[in-house]
Amino acid sequence: MADIVPTAAEDIPSAEVAEVDLYHAKSWWTKYVFSQDAKVIAVQYSCTAIAIGLVALVLSWLMRLQLGFPESFSFIDASDYYQFITMHGMIMVIYLLTALFLGGFGNYLIPLMVGARDMVFPYVNMLSFWVYLLAVVVLVASFFVPGGPTGAGWTLYPPQAILSGTPGSEYGIILMLVSLALFIIGFTMGGLNYVVTVLQARTRGMTLMRMPLTVWGIFVATILALLAFPALFVGAVMMLFDRILGSSFFMPAIVVMGEQLSYGGGSPILFQHLFWFFGHPEVYIVALPAFGIVSDLLSVHARRHIFGYRMMVWAIVIIGALSFVVWAHHMYVSGMNPWFGFFFATTTLIIAVPTALKVYNWTLTLWRANIQLTLPMLFALAFIVTFVNGGITGLFLGNVVVDVPLSDTMFVVAHFHMVMGVAPLLVIFGAIYHWYPLMTGRMLDEKLGKFHFWVTFIGTYIIFLPLHYLGILGVPRRYFEMGDTSFIPDSAQDLNAFVTVAALIVGFAQLVFLYNLFRSLRHGKISERNPWKAASLEWQTAAYPPGHGNFGEHLPVVYRWAYDYGVPGAPDDFIPQNVPNNAVAESHAEAPSAADDAEAPRT
Amino acid sequence: MNFFREITQKSWLPTDGPGDEIRDHGAFALPQATVGLRVFLVVATVLFLLFVVAYSGRMAFPDWRAMPEPWLLWPNTLALILGSVALHGASLSARRGRMDELRTRLWAAAALSMAFLVGQVLVWQELFALGYFAAANPANAFFYLLTAIHGLHLLGGLGVLAWTVTRIYGGVEADQFKQSVNLCAVYWHFLLVVWLVMFGLLSFT
Repeated sequence: MADIVPTAAEDIPSAEVAEVDLYHAKSWWTKYVFSQDAKVIAVQYSCTAIAIGLVALVLSWLMRLQLGFPESFSFIDASDYYQFITMHGMIMVIYLLTALFLGGFGNYLIPLMVGARDMVFPYVNMLSFWVYLLAVVVLVASFFVPGGPTGAGWTLYPPQAILSGTPGSEYGIILMLVSLALFIIGFTMGGLNYVVTVLQARTRGMTLMRMPLTVWGIFVATILALLAFPALFVGAVMMLFDRILGSSFFMPAIVVMGEQLSYGGGSPILFQHLFWFFGHPEVYIVALPAFGIVSDLLSVHARRHIFGYRMMVWAIVIIGALSFVVWAHHMYVSGMNPWFGFFFATTTLIIAVPTALKVYNWTLTLWRANIQLTLPMLFALAFIVTFVNGGITGLFLGNVVVDVPLSDTMFVVAHFHMVMGVAPLLVIFGAIYHWYPLMTGRMLDEKLGKFHFWVTFIGTYIIFLPLHYLGILGVPRRYFEMGDTSFIPDSAQDLNAFVTVAALIVGFAQLVFLYNLFRSLRHGKISERNPWKAASLEWQTAAYPPGHGNFGEHLPVVYRWAYDYGVPGAPDDFIPQNVPNNAVAESHAEAPSAADDAEAPRT
Repeated sequence: MNFFREITQKSWLPTDGPGDEIRDHGAFALPQATVGLRVFLVVATVLFLLFVVAYSGRMAFPDWRAMPEPWLLWPNTLALILGSVALHGASLSARRGRMDELRTRLWAAAALSMAFLVGQVLVWQELFALGYFAAANPANAFFYLLTAIHGLHLLGGLGVLAWTVTRIYGGVEADQFKQSVNLCAVYWHFLLVVWLVMFGLLSFT
């Protein structure tokens, strides 16, 4: 970011989306289907992501059935199994987590939280969703083509990804790569909106350091994604060339069944570098929004300001920057120069410092706070524990000497599921319980929510703690079945069966959650305004739930950060961001109406 | 905006007014579309840089055989340069409000850009005829890949240019299309620089 000092007052752009640019729907179709309203687009993104996520959930059940009870299911063969793991991984990482955090929460929360009427380029924002949907459709189509979807593993490593022995090497891999390219194009359209809205469309008084940490997390994650996804795009397009045109970017000379293929001279390692130059920032593309959201959930539900706000922001930015220099720690066993390994192990351990700082700050936010054990708080607490567990095994794996024996074992599977699978999902759940009232005007059912929470939280540990142990035993990942492997005791199989049963139960709890989402739309308890008594702007809108244009006639003016909780003497123990100091001093009892007075004429 | 001052703000301390004297609404004193285009150009730069990195990485392998350089690439390059110049001129005309000149220059820019694209396709045909298929050598494959990606970017730009032209003919206010023409010009300059870098890379390696 450069220092640009405006020379004259008239050069300063308006703080808000000008009225002429604010899109107004003219028909039912343009209001609900081809809508340019970020809130509608957010719901579209979220529903699509959750729907495709359900497919990935079912795939995980099928995988677990095979692992827990091998040779029991005639409809699962080795090829199917590889297809299940590939599609499960790809869908969960990209089409669910990335799309839900950035396309879903980003679209809904950024304009509301920074006090804008909408995203700055609504039409491009709409296109972003439709291209994303197209990417999902292409992905799903790969289930129905001859040979089925690709079974190359979610990392799609060449040469095996496009060789005939790999399931889906006919059409599946082509559709996968096309779908990824489409996703990246769609995301770039959305990402431009998120970044420019945060930079240019904040309302008066909303300085960068007054933005809620949710916005900071999504903002920095979007920048990471805009810079990292091109690497995946390059890798995908080049692999498409190799697959369709027979070029040899990544393909070395290969003999298949005694026959020399026309490929030769290519570098599979080049793909690995491109993939992980995207792949590692991708971890933080998912984690940073989770960090931001969980900070806000903790602060609101513990009625205490976030501890060390400035450090939290800087940590997000530093983690984002460092995430671009750690990628090769995914490649320790690729035969790299040991000095490279040393470098990447060092950077990997350094990234633990700002991350640990965030964990300390979350913990200190809770210290002597007025903790409300609401559902969002429960999920936020579960996140901290799970993230720390998954993060610590990351420190193990970041060291070359520890990683080499554990590479490609169940230990790695357990690690990344804890740290970037379950932990961000816990935040997503907490966030949905937190913002569902804002979106729908109704509360989610608490009893069903508690059931969902406890089964998910405890179930996670029942599933993934044993996997660490299996990994240390040497059970490899991505194996259809172990057969009679001498170094693995029979009891390992019993453990696998136990994990499978647990996974099915946790899976069922997710269906209960979905039932709760749908049921509460009509039958949920009507939510009062701002039920969590949150200080950030999204809860201070004129209409509740917020209507088109987000705010009333005037945009709010911001006078403080988003964390004035537990303020002595303040009504309801908090002060919304749009309440000026003199209003607090004048009236302790009338904060909600003071919020209306605080609105200033449009500039 | 003083970025350092902004990110060191002690936001927990109360202020009397909105306290935004350290910022002037947007982070940059620029129109939103300009900021949007610049962010996009950063993304596109990263994309092309990664292609260059992959190119230089793959080039180091012994099977690399450089391609001949068709002479048609030179007139193509000239067309793109002239297209960029024409759009720059169009941007100046828009700023001065000279509508006839603006229209002429926009059409010239569009025609020259399309000539560039047609020229690139002719180069492909010539290379195909000579047997330089993508499968034959990574140098060939990179040539097709890079020219295709660059061409697609230009095609996207032509789409936006067409939209701008229809708006101008539709009688939109000068203030509104001035910015569009200017942004098109910036994008064209960017694609010209990308092409010159890639042309150099493809010619000398």
